[in-house]
Amino acid sequence: MRQIFTVANKEFHDGLRNRWFISITLIFALLSVGLTYFGAAASGTTGVTSLSTTVASLSSLAVFLIPLIALLVSYDSFVGEQEGGTLLLLLTYPLSKSQLLLGKFLGQGSIIALATFLGFGTSAVLLYMNLGSSELVATFAVFITSAILLGLSFTAIAYILSLLVSEKSKAAGLALIVWFLFALAFDLVMLALLVGIEDGLSQQGLTQLMMLNPSDIFRLVNLAGLDSTDVNGVLAVAINASMGQGVLFSLLLLWVVLPLSVAIAIFRKKKL
Amino acid sequence: MNKAPLVSLSGVSKSYPKLTALDNVSMELHQGEVLGLFGHNGAGKTTMMKLILGVISPSKGQVQVMGMAPDSKAAWHSRAKVGYLPENVSFYEHLTGLEVLTYFARLKGLDKKDALALIEQVGITHAMKRQVKTYSKGMRQRLGLAQAFIGAPKLLLLDEPTVGLDPIATAEFYQTVDQLKNQGTSIILCSHVLPGVEQHIDRAIILSSGKMLAMGTLAQLRRDADLPVAIKPCGLNGAVREDAKLMSYLSDQAGDNNQTLYVPEQEKLAILRQLLAYEHLTDVKVEAASLEQVYQHYLSGAHKLTSGEKRS
Repeated sequence: MRQIFTVANKEFHDGLRNRWFISITLIFALLSVGLTYFGAAASGTTGVTSLSTTVASLSSLAVFLIPLIALLVSYDSFVGEQEGGTLLLLLTYPLSKSQLLLGKFLGQGSIIALATFLGFGTSAVLLYMNLGSSELVATFAVFITSAILLGLSFTAIAYILSLLVSEKSKAAGLALIVWFLFALAFDLVMLALLVGIEDGLSQQGLTQLMMLNPSDIFRLVNLAGLDSTDVNGVLAVAINASMGQGVLFSLLLLWVVLPLSVAIAIFRKKKL
Repeated sequence: MNKAPLVSLSGVSKSYPKLTALDNVSMELHQGEVLGLFGHNGAGKTTMMKLILGVISPSKGQVQVMGMAPDSKAAWHSRAKVGYLPENVSFYEHLTGLEVLTYFARLKGLDKKDALALIEQVGITHAMKRQVKTYSKGMRQRLGLAQAFIGAPKLLLLDEPTVGLDPIATAEFYQTVDQLKNQGTSIILCSHVLPGVEQHIDRAIILSSGKMLAMGTLAQLRRDADLPVAIKPCGLNGAVREDAKLMSYLSDQAGDNNQTLYVPEQEKLAILRQLLAYEHLTDVKVEAASLEQVYQHYLSGAHKLTSGEKRS
């Protein structure tokens, strides 16, 4: 355990030092406060609007930003150290591969979790001062927790990429492709399936397919409870067949644990 | 404990799908011994080090370090007693020297105090609060050495330790090697830069494309290689050329002024006596074949020599 914390501590401080932490927090805070105030600008009003509008806008923002940032923070975790020669050196230390990987995950995961918490937390505080409802606390707890899980999931996915390739540039390219697939392409394919195939896909089937994408699980978790007027597209269909929030959270957690286990397995087999 | 070798390789091969990096190598390293590992790039030096470190496992044969297979779980704790300096390592550039060393020290169960002491030992105290990216090559190498010295290792594996060090730092480095050796540390020095290393190693291994060409003390290797001694008399003004016996030892490629005689080891004293008889002789330089020449000899003979028999 001590080894894991030593690695985690170093990664966490790296995150603070190279300004990832401060920039992510600021981006999240600026965008979320912006959305909180101007989210309803399209309908002609500014100022704090309803809770459901705000959470809907924040979710659409987070679902693109968080995976991208998690991938960017972590894609060079292993391939970078491999290129520098420190990966080989670390493995001659009394430090197992899984300890190194979990330590990195703990450190970088904390950076993302803390940045998400602080960044989106400012919106919550802002809303609370204006609306002051207790429903808000619960909604934001769900939002921030699921956003953190989403970030951790993509951190773990980034590790897989980082361990599969031997050049930093390849890892960066792969990270962008993965982001594009999960954040954009997946939903388009789903929509095509829904519209294109007559009687092909039931609501139930569609929802099940969505479980293959952590971003969609995240959206479902947050939008399921909202007025459907704030939700468009495939999601609106899926929400009608929604599963319980507990199930969705477990699935999201699975999307953290599974890629992490795969990453450890790949690392164990990796030739140095 | 002193009797059993600290490191032993018996019949070790390591092959990858496309090449055999190490082919049937056997060796032993005892406590307090300094072993030089020589060979060109790609000769298998680094592979041998990785096997001893337990980062990779042998395809054939057995590796034992402190009585255990280094790639096994049982060897876990003995890893804290092994120091390694990789070739061309670039440490975390954005961290300061002290932070880098503290990180590695913590991973071996030590703390910042130990890191500070080591930084002082390698002489980069003045730069320890600066980011590693501002370090010169020599300072990086010193930091790397400090890293290898963490936890007073019983076994040190140093891959090209003097690359990038200036002559003074190199001398200091070899002093440290001698000190550690006296404290009972076993050291494997891996290098293709040979000058200066001779006085500090007990035995040498010469590797070429995964095969062991020679192993033994430098004296043994010299004797086996049977290389001539260079004798350079001064002040004779061509008298050498008048003596048929001396003449025969003059090197062929001699320039006009070349007076250097290449004499077989066993003839050395006889020739020296003969030279001393000349009244005009002002000075004589005698040079045994350098490690570099021995090394070249074994490498050039690589294809015809069955070195396996020769060394035993």
